[in-house]
Amino acid sequence: MNGIHDMGGMHGMGPIVEEKNEPVFHEGWEGRIFAMNLAMGAWRKWNLDASRHSRELIPPAEYLRMSYYEKWIAGLIALMVKAGLVRGDEIESGTAAVGSTKAVPAVNPQQALARIATGLPAKRNVDLPARFKVGQRVRTRNVHPLGHTRLPRYARGRFGTINRDHGVFVFPDTNAHFLGEQPQRVYSVCFAARELWGAQAGEKDSVYVDLWDDYLEPA
Amino acid sequence: MSPDLPDMHRHQHDHRAVPSDPALRVKALESLLVEKGLVDRAALDALVDAYENKIGPRNGARVVARAWSDPAYKQRLLSDADAAIAEMGYGGFQGEHMVVVENLAKVHNLVVCTLCSCYPWAVLGLPPVWYKSAPYRSRAVIDPRGVLREFGLELPVDAEVRVWDSTAEVRYLVLPERPAGTEAMNEEELAALVTRDAMVGARKVSVLKARSAG
Repeated sequence: MNGIHDMGGMHGMGPIVEEKNEPVFHEGWEGRIFAMNLAMGAWRKWNLDASRHSRELIPPAEYLRMSYYEKWIAGLIALMVKAGLVRGDEIESGTAAVGSTKAVPAVNPQQALARIATGLPAKRNVDLPARFKVGQRVRTRNVHPLGHTRLPRYARGRFGTINRDHGVFVFPDTNAHFLGEQPQRVYSVCFAARELWGAQAGEKDSVYVDLWDDYLEPA
Repeated sequence: MSPDLPDMHRHQHDHRAVPSDPALRVKALESLLVEKGLVDRAALDALVDAYENKIGPRNGARVVARAWSDPAYKQRLLSDADAAIAEMGYGGFQGEHMVVVENLAKVHNLVVCTLCSCYPWAVLGLPPVWYKSAPYRSRAVIDPRGVLREFGLELPVDAEVRVWDSTAEVRYLVLPERPAGTEAMNEEELAALVTRDAMVGARKVSVLKARSAG
Protein backbone atom coordinates (compact mmCIF):
# COMPACT_ATOMS: atom_id res chain seq x y z
CA MET A 1 0.00 0.00 0.00
CA ASN A 2 1.15 3.52 -0.71
CA GLY A 3 1.19 4.33 3.00
CA ILE A 4 2.95 6.84 5.18
CA HIS A 5 5.35 4.07 6.29
CA ASP A 6 6.95 4.12 2.81
CA MET A 7 9.10 7.14 3.61
CA GLY A 8 12.14 6.83 1.37
CA GLY A 9 12.74 10.14 -0.43
CA MET A 10 10.21 12.26 1.47
CA HIS A 11 11.12 15.80 2.50
CA GLY A 12 10.12 17.87 5.51
CA MET A 13 10.60 15.35 8.31
CA GLY A 14 13.14 17.57 10.07
CA PRO A 15 16.66 17.03 11.40
CA ILE A 16 17.94 13.72 12.73
CA VAL A 17 17.95 13.93 16.51
CA GLU A 18 20.53 11.84 18.33
CA GLU A 19 20.44 11.03 21.99
CA LYS A 20 23.64 10.54 23.95
CA ASN A 21 23.82 7.41 26.10
CA GLU A 22 20.42 6.29 24.90
CA PRO A 23 18.90 3.44 26.95
CA VAL A 24 17.54 0.35 25.16
CA PHE A 25 14.07 1.16 26.50
CA HIS A 26 13.23 4.68 27.67
CA GLU A 27 10.45 3.54 29.96
CA GLY A 28 9.43 0.23 31.41
CA TRP A 29 6.33 -0.05 29.22
CA GLU A 30 8.44 0.01 26.04
CA GLY A 31 10.22 -3.17 27.09
CA ARG A 32 6.94 -4.79 28.15
CA ILE A 33 5.13 -4.13 24.83
CA PHE A 34 8.24 -5.18 22.90
CA ALA A 35 8.39 -8.46 24.82
CA MET A 36 4.62 -9.01 24.50
CA ASN A 37 4.92 -8.70 20.73
CA LEU A 38 7.67 -11.35 20.70
CA ALA A 39 5.91 -13.67 23.13
CA MET A 40 2.53 -13.42 21.39
CA GLY A 41 4.17 -14.28 18.08
CA ALA A 42 4.80 -17.74 19.48
CA TRP A 43 1.07 -18.53 19.18
CA ARG A 44 1.67 -18.53 15.40
CA LYS A 45 -1.62 -16.79 14.71
CA TRP A 46 0.22 -14.35 12.46
CA ASN A 47 3.68 -13.89 10.96
CA LEU A 48 6.36 -11.22 10.72
CA ASP A 49 4.89 -9.80 7.52
CA ALA A 50 1.39 -9.58 9.01
CA SER A 51 2.76 -7.80 12.08
CA ARG A 52 4.57 -5.24 9.90
CA HIS A 53 1.40 -4.74 7.90
CA SER A 54 -0.69 -4.19 11.02
CA ARG A 55 1.54 -1.23 11.88
CA GLU A 56 1.30 0.09 8.31
CA LEU A 57 -2.48 0.19 8.71
CA ILE A 58 -2.26 2.81 11.45
CA PRO A 59 -3.81 5.95 9.89
CA PRO A 60 -1.10 8.31 8.57
CA ALA A 61 -1.61 11.18 11.03
CA GLU A 62 -1.52 8.75 13.95
CA TYR A 63 1.48 6.94 12.51
CA LEU A 64 3.51 10.17 12.45
CA ARG A 65 2.39 11.19 15.92
CA MET A 66 3.05 7.86 17.62
CA SER A 67 6.42 6.78 18.95
CA TYR A 68 7.88 3.50 17.69
CA TYR A 69 6.63 1.45 20.63
CA GLU A 70 3.20 3.12 20.61
CA LYS A 71 2.90 1.67 17.10
CA TRP A 72 3.78 -1.72 18.59
CA ILE A 73 0.85 -1.38 21.02
CA ALA A 74 -1.57 -0.54 18.21
CA GLY A 75 -0.20 -3.23 15.92
CA LEU A 76 -0.34 -5.98 18.54
CA ILE A 77 -3.88 -5.15 19.62
CA ALA A 78 -5.07 -5.18 16.00
CA LEU A 79 -3.41 -8.56 15.38
CA MET A 80 -4.77 -10.16 18.54
CA VAL A 81 -8.32 -8.97 17.97
CA LYS A 82 -8.28 -10.04 14.35
CA ALA A 83 -6.90 -13.47 15.31
CA GLY A 84 -9.58 -13.87 17.97
CA LEU A 85 -7.08 -14.17 20.84
CA VAL A 86 -8.68 -11.23 22.65
CA ARG A 87 -11.87 -9.30 22.11
CA GLY A 88 -12.27 -5.56 21.71
CA ASP A 89 -14.39 -5.36 24.87
CA GLU A 90 -11.66 -7.15 26.82
CA ILE A 91 -9.07 -4.60 25.67
CA GLU A 92 -11.49 -1.87 26.74
CA SER A 93 -12.28 -3.31 30.16
CA GLY A 94 -8.81 -4.76 30.84
CA THR A 95 -10.31 -8.02 32.10
CA ALA A 96 -11.11 -11.31 30.44
CA ALA A 97 -14.73 -11.71 29.35
CA VAL A 98 -16.87 -14.01 31.48
CA GLY A 99 -16.71 -17.52 30.11
CA SER A 100 -13.78 -16.82 27.77
CA THR A 101 -11.36 -19.69 27.41
CA LYS A 102 -7.98 -19.58 29.02
CA ALA A 103 -5.10 -20.43 26.72
CA VAL A 104 -2.44 -22.78 28.05
CA PRO A 105 0.42 -22.83 28.24
CA ALA A 106 2.07 -19.55 27.29
CA VAL A 107 5.74 -19.65 26.28
CA ASN A 108 7.95 -19.88 29.34
CA PRO A 109 11.23 -17.95 29.76
CA GLN A 110 13.38 -20.77 28.37
CA GLN A 111 11.18 -21.15 25.31
CA ALA A 112 11.11 -17.37 24.77
CA LEU A 113 14.92 -17.18 24.86
CA ALA A 114 15.26 -20.24 22.64
CA ARG A 115 12.96 -18.57 20.16
CA ILE A 116 15.15 -15.47 19.79
CA ALA A 117 18.33 -17.58 19.76
CA THR A 118 17.02 -19.66 16.86
CA GLY A 119 15.33 -16.78 15.11
CA LEU A 120 12.66 -17.05 12.49
CA PRO A 121 14.48 -17.73 9.23
CA ALA A 122 12.55 -16.48 6.21
CA LYS A 123 14.78 -18.34 3.76
CA ARG A 124 13.21 -21.47 2.28
CA ASN A 125 15.08 -24.48 1.02
CA VAL A 126 13.24 -24.60 -2.29
CA ASP A 127 15.06 -25.21 -5.53
CA LEU A 128 13.79 -22.45 -7.78
CA PRO A 129 15.70 -21.42 -10.88
CA ALA A 130 17.02 -17.87 -10.81
CA ARG A 131 15.19 -15.64 -13.28
CA PHE A 132 18.03 -13.14 -13.19
CA LYS A 133 21.81 -13.40 -13.06
CA VAL A 134 24.24 -11.22 -11.17
CA GLY A 135 25.17 -8.31 -13.42
CA GLN A 136 21.91 -8.43 -15.38
CA ARG A 137 19.94 -5.23 -15.98
CA VAL A 138 16.39 -5.29 -14.66
CA ARG A 139 13.50 -2.92 -14.31
CA THR A 140 11.21 -2.84 -11.29
CA ARG A 141 7.52 -3.07 -11.98
CA ASN A 142 5.41 0.03 -11.69
CA VAL A 143 2.79 -1.46 -9.40
CA HIS A 144 0.72 0.01 -6.57
CA PRO A 145 -0.79 -2.88 -4.61
CA LEU A 146 -3.38 -2.03 -1.96
CA GLY A 147 -1.97 -4.62 0.40
CA HIS A 148 1.44 -5.21 1.92
CA THR A 149 4.50 -4.93 -0.30
CA ARG A 150 8.23 -4.41 0.20
CA LEU A 151 8.83 -2.63 -3.07
CA PRO A 152 9.26 0.99 -2.00
CA ARG A 153 7.62 3.68 -4.12
CA TYR A 154 10.90 5.40 -4.87
CA ALA A 155 12.19 2.23 -6.55
CA ARG A 156 9.21 1.44 -8.80
CA GLY A 157 9.60 1.54 -12.59
CA ARG A 158 13.38 2.04 -12.25
CA PHE A 159 16.33 0.42 -13.95
CA GLY A 160 18.92 -1.36 -11.86
CA THR A 161 21.47 -4.15 -11.90
CA ILE A 162 21.36 -7.46 -10.03
CA ASN A 163 24.15 -7.21 -7.47
CA ARG A 164 23.63 -10.41 -5.51
CA ASP A 165 21.28 -13.39 -5.39
CA HIS A 166 20.21 -13.87 -1.75
CA GLY A 167 18.35 -17.14 -2.34
CA VAL A 168 14.70 -18.09 -1.91
CA PHE A 169 12.55 -16.35 0.72
CA VAL A 170 8.95 -16.11 1.90
CA PHE A 171 7.01 -13.58 -0.21
CA PRO A 172 5.65 -10.82 2.08
CA ASP A 173 2.95 -9.63 -0.33
CA THR A 174 1.03 -12.90 0.12
CA ASN A 175 2.29 -13.99 3.53
CA ALA A 176 1.15 -10.78 5.25
CA HIS A 177 -2.40 -11.56 4.11
CA PHE A 178 -2.26 -15.25 5.06
CA LEU A 179 -2.27 -16.24 1.39
CA GLY A 180 0.71 -18.54 1.74
CA GLU A 181 4.47 -18.15 1.78
CA GLN A 182 4.82 -18.52 -2.00
CA PRO A 183 8.64 -18.50 -1.73
CA GLN A 184 10.64 -16.80 -4.46
CA ARG A 185 14.09 -15.46 -5.06
CA VAL A 186 15.32 -12.21 -3.51
CA TYR A 187 18.06 -10.18 -5.16
CA SER A 188 20.04 -7.19 -4.06
CA VAL A 189 19.41 -4.71 -6.88
CA CYS A 190 21.77 -1.79 -7.32
CA PHE A 191 20.26 1.48 -8.53
CA ALA A 192 22.43 4.43 -9.52
CA ALA A 193 21.41 7.27 -7.21
CA ARG A 194 20.81 9.43 -10.31
CA GLU A 195 18.40 6.84 -11.73
CA LEU A 196 16.29 7.32 -8.60
CA TRP A 197 16.78 10.99 -7.79
CA GLY A 198 18.11 12.71 -10.91
CA ALA A 199 21.08 15.00 -11.31
CA GLN A 200 20.99 16.26 -7.71
CA ALA A 201 22.32 12.89 -6.53
CA GLY A 202 26.00 12.00 -6.32
CA GLU A 203 27.36 10.72 -9.61
CA LYS A 204 29.04 7.70 -8.04
CA ASP A 205 26.43 6.99 -5.39
CA SER A 206 23.99 4.11 -5.41
CA VAL A 207 21.11 2.60 -3.46
CA TYR A 208 20.82 -1.17 -3.01
CA VAL A 209 17.32 -2.54 -2.50
CA ASP A 210 16.44 -6.17 -1.73
CA LEU A 211 13.70 -7.20 -4.15
CA TRP A 212 11.69 -10.33 -4.87
CA ASP A 213 11.34 -11.92 -8.31
CA ASP A 214 7.76 -10.69 -8.72
CA TYR A 215 8.90 -7.07 -8.39
CA LEU A 216 11.26 -7.36 -11.36
CA GLU A 217 11.19 -7.70 -15.11
CA PRO A 218 14.08 -7.99 -17.58
CA ALA A 219 15.28 -4.61 -18.83
CA MET B 1 -8.22 -2.99 5.22
CA SER B 2 -8.65 -4.14 8.78
CA PRO B 3 -11.88 -3.48 10.64
CA ASP B 4 -9.95 -3.57 13.91
CA LEU B 5 -8.09 -0.33 13.62
CA PRO B 6 -10.98 2.11 13.60
CA ASP B 7 -12.36 0.25 16.63
CA MET B 8 -9.09 0.49 18.41
CA HIS B 9 -8.80 4.19 17.82
CA ARG B 10 -12.30 4.82 19.04
CA HIS B 11 -11.36 3.01 22.22
CA GLN B 12 -8.15 4.96 22.50
CA HIS B 13 -10.10 8.19 22.78
CA ASP B 14 -12.57 6.83 25.29
CA HIS B 15 -10.74 7.95 28.39
CA ARG B 16 -13.20 6.39 30.78
CA ALA B 17 -12.49 2.97 29.40
CA VAL B 18 -8.86 2.95 28.36
CA PRO B 19 -6.17 5.25 29.70
CA SER B 20 -4.37 7.12 26.93
CA ASP B 21 -1.07 7.02 28.80
CA PRO B 22 0.87 4.23 27.10
CA ALA B 23 2.34 3.09 30.42
CA LEU B 24 -1.15 2.46 31.82
CA ARG B 25 -2.41 0.94 28.58
CA VAL B 26 0.50 -1.49 28.40
CA LYS B 27 0.08 -2.41 32.06
CA ALA B 28 -3.61 -3.14 31.50
CA LEU B 29 -2.82 -5.13 28.38
CA GLU B 30 -0.20 -7.22 30.16
CA SER B 31 -2.63 -8.00 32.99
CA LEU B 32 -5.28 -9.05 30.48
CA LEU B 33 -2.90 -11.30 28.54
CA VAL B 34 -1.64 -12.91 31.75
CA GLU B 35 -5.21 -13.42 32.96
CA LYS B 36 -6.08 -15.10 29.66
CA GLY B 37 -3.04 -17.34 29.87
CA LEU B 38 -1.57 -15.86 26.69
CA VAL B 39 1.71 -14.62 28.18
CA ASP B 40 3.91 -15.59 31.09
CA ARG B 41 5.30 -12.55 32.93
CA ALA B 42 8.59 -14.36 33.52
CA ALA B 43 8.99 -14.84 29.76
CA LEU B 44 8.51 -11.09 29.25
CA ASP B 45 11.11 -10.39 31.96
CA ALA B 46 13.54 -12.75 30.22
CA LEU B 47 13.05 -11.08 26.83
CA VAL B 48 13.51 -7.57 28.24
CA ASP B 49 16.63 -8.69 30.09
CA ALA B 50 18.07 -10.31 26.94
CA TYR B 51 17.80 -7.11 24.91
CA GLU B 52 18.79 -4.77 27.74
CA ASN B 53 21.80 -6.75 28.89
CA LYS B 54 22.94 -9.40 26.43
CA ILE B 55 22.10 -8.63 22.81
CA GLY B 56 23.67 -5.30 21.88
CA PRO B 57 26.32 -3.54 19.78
CA ARG B 58 29.19 -5.10 21.74
CA ASN B 59 28.39 -8.30 19.80
CA GLY B 60 28.91 -6.57 16.47
CA ALA B 61 32.01 -4.77 17.79
CA ARG B 62 33.64 -8.13 18.57
CA VAL B 63 32.86 -9.35 15.06
CA VAL B 64 34.46 -6.22 13.57
CA ALA B 65 37.52 -6.47 15.82
CA ARG B 66 38.01 -10.11 14.81
CA ALA B 67 37.76 -9.17 11.13
CA TRP B 68 40.35 -6.41 11.62
CA SER B 69 42.71 -8.82 13.40
CA ASP B 70 42.29 -11.96 11.33
CA PRO B 71 42.33 -11.64 7.50
CA ALA B 72 40.96 -15.17 7.02
CA TYR B 73 38.03 -14.40 9.33
CA LYS B 74 37.39 -11.18 7.42
CA GLN B 75 37.18 -13.11 4.16
CA ARG B 76 34.70 -15.55 5.70
CA LEU B 77 32.68 -12.67 7.13
CA LEU B 78 32.41 -10.95 3.75
CA SER B 79 31.62 -14.13 1.82
CA ASP B 80 29.36 -15.96 4.33
CA ALA B 81 28.39 -13.62 7.14
CA ASP B 82 25.90 -16.00 8.80
CA ALA B 83 28.53 -18.68 9.35
CA ALA B 84 31.25 -16.23 10.38
CA ILE B 85 28.98 -14.47 12.88
CA ALA B 86 27.84 -17.85 14.24
CA GLU B 87 31.52 -18.69 14.87
CA MET B 88 31.51 -15.83 17.39
CA GLY B 89 28.39 -17.24 19.03
CA TYR B 90 25.91 -14.69 17.67
CA GLY B 91 22.84 -15.06 15.53
CA GLY B 92 19.11 -15.56 15.88
CA PHE B 93 16.18 -13.20 15.69
CA GLN B 94 16.62 -10.36 13.17
CA GLY B 95 20.05 -11.61 12.25
CA GLU B 96 19.10 -14.88 10.54
CA HIS B 97 20.35 -13.74 7.13
CA MET B 98 23.28 -11.36 7.38
CA VAL B 99 25.39 -9.56 4.80
CA VAL B 100 28.48 -7.58 5.82
CA VAL B 101 29.54 -4.67 3.61
CA GLU B 102 33.04 -3.23 3.84
CA ASN B 103 33.98 0.43 4.01
CA LEU B 104 37.07 1.31 2.00
CA ALA B 105 39.04 4.52 1.45
CA LYS B 106 36.67 5.53 -1.37
CA VAL B 107 33.58 3.46 -0.54
CA HIS B 108 31.21 4.30 2.28
CA ASN B 109 28.21 2.13 3.18
CA LEU B 110 25.11 3.31 5.04
CA VAL B 111 22.25 1.06 6.24
CA VAL B 112 18.60 2.10 6.52
CA CYS B 113 15.11 0.61 6.45
CA THR B 114 12.82 3.09 4.72
CA LEU B 115 9.67 0.92 5.11
CA CYS B 116 9.85 0.16 8.84
CA SER B 117 12.96 -0.06 11.01
CA CYS B 118 14.65 -3.36 10.14
CA TYR B 119 18.01 -3.62 11.88
CA PRO B 120 20.44 -6.46 12.66
CA TRP B 121 19.29 -7.08 16.24
CA ALA B 122 21.46 -10.16 16.69
CA VAL B 123 24.67 -8.16 16.35
CA LEU B 124 23.63 -4.58 17.21
CA GLY B 125 20.71 -5.05 19.60
CA LEU B 126 17.62 -2.87 19.23
CA PRO B 127 17.97 0.27 17.10
CA PRO B 128 18.33 3.78 18.53
CA VAL B 129 15.42 6.22 18.14
CA TRP B 130 17.15 8.18 15.36
CA TYR B 131 17.41 5.06 13.17
CA LYS B 132 13.65 4.46 13.57
CA SER B 133 12.73 8.11 13.04
CA ALA B 134 11.00 9.61 10.00
CA PRO B 135 13.89 12.05 9.32
CA TYR B 136 16.44 9.24 8.94
CA ARG B 137 14.17 6.80 7.11
CA SER B 138 13.06 9.44 4.61
CA ARG B 139 16.43 11.05 3.87
CA ALA B 140 19.03 8.30 4.00
CA VAL B 141 18.19 7.15 0.46
CA ILE B 142 17.71 10.54 -1.22
CA ASP B 143 20.41 12.52 0.58
CA PRO B 144 22.89 10.17 2.25
CA ARG B 145 25.68 12.74 2.10
CA GLY B 146 23.50 15.29 3.87
CA VAL B 147 22.58 12.72 6.52
CA LEU B 148 26.25 11.83 7.05
CA ARG B 149 27.11 15.52 7.33
CA GLU B 150 24.62 15.75 10.23
CA PHE B 151 26.60 12.98 11.90
CA GLY B 152 29.76 15.02 11.35
CA LEU B 153 31.07 13.00 8.42
CA GLU B 154 31.93 14.96 5.26
CA LEU B 155 32.71 12.54 2.45
CA PRO B 156 34.92 13.57 -0.47
CA VAL B 157 33.14 14.09 -3.81
CA ASP B 158 35.08 11.23 -5.41
CA ALA B 159 34.02 8.73 -2.74
CA GLU B 160 31.21 6.32 -3.56
CA VAL B 161 28.25 6.15 -1.19
CA ARG B 162 26.31 2.88 -1.10
CA VAL B 163 23.01 2.96 0.76
CA TRP B 164 21.49 -0.39 1.72
CA ASP B 165 17.70 -0.28 2.15
CA SER B 166 16.73 -3.32 4.27
CA THR B 167 13.51 -4.10 2.40
CA ALA B 168 13.72 -7.91 2.77
CA GLU B 169 14.83 -10.26 5.57
CA VAL B 170 18.53 -9.70 4.90
CA ARG B 171 20.18 -7.59 7.59
CA TYR B 172 23.26 -5.50 6.90
CA LEU B 173 26.28 -4.77 9.05
CA VAL B 174 28.95 -2.28 7.98
CA LEU B 175 32.55 -3.34 8.47
CA PRO B 176 34.18 0.02 9.19
CA GLU B 177 37.71 0.92 8.17
CA ARG B 178 40.29 0.15 10.81
CA PRO B 179 41.67 3.49 11.96
CA ALA B 180 45.36 4.33 11.65
CA GLY B 181 47.37 4.10 14.85
CA THR B 182 45.72 0.90 16.05
CA GLU B 183 48.35 -1.51 14.71
CA ALA B 184 49.52 -2.52 18.17
CA MET B 185 46.06 -3.09 19.61
CA ASN B 186 44.69 -6.51 20.42
CA GLU B 187 41.18 -7.66 19.57
CA GLU B 188 39.67 -6.57 22.85
CA GLU B 189 41.16 -3.07 22.58
CA LEU B 190 39.94 -2.81 18.99
CA ALA B 191 36.41 -3.92 19.93
CA ALA B 192 36.28 -1.09 22.47
CA LEU B 193 36.78 1.44 19.64
CA VAL B 194 33.95 0.17 17.47
CA THR B 195 30.69 2.07 17.88
CA ARG B 196 27.15 1.16 16.96
CA ASP B 197 26.91 4.15 14.63
CA ALA B 198 30.03 3.02 12.73
CA MET B 199 28.45 -0.39 12.16
CA VAL B 200 25.35 1.30 10.69
CA GLY B 201 27.65 3.46 8.57
CA ALA B 202 26.63 6.77 10.14
CA ARG B 203 30.14 7.44 11.44
CA LYS B 204 33.70 6.21 11.05
CA VAL B 205 35.65 4.59 13.84
CA SER B 206 37.92 7.12 15.49
CA VAL B 207 40.66 6.42 18.00
CA LEU B 208 40.46 9.88 19.59
CA LYS B 209 36.71 9.88 19.98
CA ALA B 210 36.66 6.49 21.66
CA ARG B 211 39.34 7.61 24.13
CA SER B 212 37.61 10.86 25.02
CA ALA B 213 34.29 9.04 25.41
CA GLY B 214 36.06 6.95 27.92
